[in-house]
Amino acid sequence: MSQQQALPATTLAPASAAAWRVSFVALLFVALALLPIAAKLGAEGYILNLVTRALIFAIAAISLDLILGHGALVSFGHAAYLGIGSYAVGILASHGVEEVLLQIPVAIGAGALFALATGAVSLRTSGVYYIMSTLAFGQMLYFFAVSLSAYGGDDGLTLPGRSTILGMPLLKADTTFYYVVLALLGATYVLTLRITRSRFGRVLNGIRENPARMKAIGFEPFTYQLAACIIAGATCALAGVLLANQTGFVSPAYMTWQRSGELLVMVILGGIGSLWGAIIGALSFLLLEEVLSLITEQWKLILGPFLVLVALGGYGGIAGLADTLRNKLVRRGQP
Amino acid sequence: MSSALLIVQTLNGLQLGILLFLIAAGLTLVFGVMDFINLAHGVQYMIGAYLIAMFSAWTGSFWAGLALTLPVALAVGLLLEVTIFRRLYGRSHLDQVLATFGLILFLNQLVKTIWGAAPLSVPMPDVLSGSVRLMDGLLYPVYRIALIGLGLTTALLLYVLINKTRVGMLVRAGASNAPMVSALGVDIGRLFMIVFGFGAMLAGFAGAMVAPILSVEPGMGDNLLILTFVVIVIGGIGSIRGAFIAALLVGLIDTLGRAFGPHLLRLMLDAASANQAGRSLAPMLIYILMAAVLFFRPSGLFPVKR
Repeated sequence: MSQQQALPATTLAPASAAAWRVSFVALLFVALALLPIAAKLGAEGYILNLVTRALIFAIAAISLDLILGHGALVSFGHAAYLGIGSYAVGILASHGVEEVLLQIPVAIGAGALFALATGAVSLRTSGVYYIMSTLAFGQMLYFFAVSLSAYGGDDGLTLPGRSTILGMPLLKADTTFYYVVLALLGATYVLTLRITRSRFGRVLNGIRENPARMKAIGFEPFTYQLAACIIAGATCALAGVLLANQTGFVSPAYMTWQRSGELLVMVILGGIGSLWGAIIGALSFLLLEEVLSLITEQWKLILGPFLVLVALGGYGGIAGLADTLRNKLVRRGQP
Repeated sequence: MSSALLIVQTLNGLQLGILLFLIAAGLTLVFGVMDFINLAHGVQYMIGAYLIAMFSAWTGSFWAGLALTLPVALAVGLLLEVTIFRRLYGRSHLDQVLATFGLILFLNQLVKTIWGAAPLSVPMPDVLSGSVRLMDGLLYPVYRIALIGLGLTTALLLYVLINKTRVGMLVRAGASNAPMVSALGVDIGRLFMIVFGFGAMLAGFAGAMVAPILSVEPGMGDNLLILTFVVIVIGGIGSIRGAFIAALLVGLIDTLGRAFGPHLLRLMLDAASANQAGRSLAPMLIYILMAAVLFFRPSGLFPVKR
């Protein structure tokens, strides 16, 4: 009891802010759940595919936000876990194992193992050196995948079809697959939120704020950070499983350093540490990319400066901007 | 594995190392002095290559092109510093990553828009074309030898500049403790600008020098940037000496690993699996080296004292 009271009050949001966030996230999920119905009015396959892809990246972004926003661990090699998840599907499928209930545990196990091994080295360093060591491990895995000539090497490998659930091809229909992805995103969001609010999450936040003090009161930063990396790696590997299923294709291109950079951009764009910001960030980044590329072939000339402005603005991403706006509104409402 | 091949590959490795050093020198100073993660540094290298492609076509001479490229590369660097980067120095690493990532997207696309997506080629200067006979049956292009010589000369000049001049002294002091240098009455903003512009020019110089032996294309700096990061992390961020040694190490290990890795493994494994393992291990070697260095020395080989 006394230990609970000793927790910092700053991590607890005011009740109204919490209620606002809950209703916003609920609204977002309701809107996403209704999307397939709305999509029937337009180019159904196209919209559904686009949003499914965005939701998959949202899972990856949430996993990155756990270590980035709550552990201040800037991983520049997070796309490696997307690769691990998708290669787990690809390699198993090429040996005839298309059961997703087998593929997921293998992917998650492999992701956790890679996070354990690389985290044990990376976490010895800090700051820029940490960023660069995660980058190095990501590149290592990328080149390893390129050299896997038995599984397509540079060209990657095409999957025979979507994975099966208990031997049944349930994921074949795009709408079903969409809802499975949405459900997994919801589960990931809730679970990760629970983790950040748990004792473990608070210790992680404490380590971010002041590792020396946390160490002094008996929490070994290394252990907690490593555990967070393993959770994040395993979660992102799940996103990799979904990504392979969505595209029907697995290739080293999933784990280039640019992809890791994009994941970082999604989280920062959405606003770090809030988790729902990661969802918004992934959605808005991929939708923006798509919409701009429809308008002009030179879309990067617009997206690039936009990202620069977001960074220069320093609002803390979309989530931070929303918080600022809401605070202004609330203040105006009060006498 | 003939000795001729060994010599050729060693020279190639040396040349890659020198190239990496030219890019890494600016980046490690920007990193070390300003604690600024500049992902857009590889773009400066690309811009250097494009500028010389354009200017040497205009003037019809590689050297005149180079003379125009250097000041323009410097100007581009200064322009970016004044408009964007100086607003990011005090920010979190994340903001820096986001902004410079956006800048990569923008500049890669801009280059594509201006010069087209097709690779350009830059004609080699006449004086340096042709090959030189190193030993019996071993010809090596003069241009590559000139590159190595030029890189070593630049390294030497840089060493003198950093260690023997007043500006160099300030830069070294800035790398150890920038706020203190500022408190002693040095205009740290101007120092940052000089370091940044100079680093951008060096990267542009590297791009211009390799343009005749590589194809000049959009995104050519992206993968080199990662190698450069490996170099400065192994060398110790902020250390020019570290960057030099690490650059040669990375250049040699990468080149020799790719060339001879399978041969060496064949001593232990059968031919087929040695080939396979060699092909997968060789590109990973430098990253393994970096992980090992960080494991034993978390601040690189030559950490800057703080």
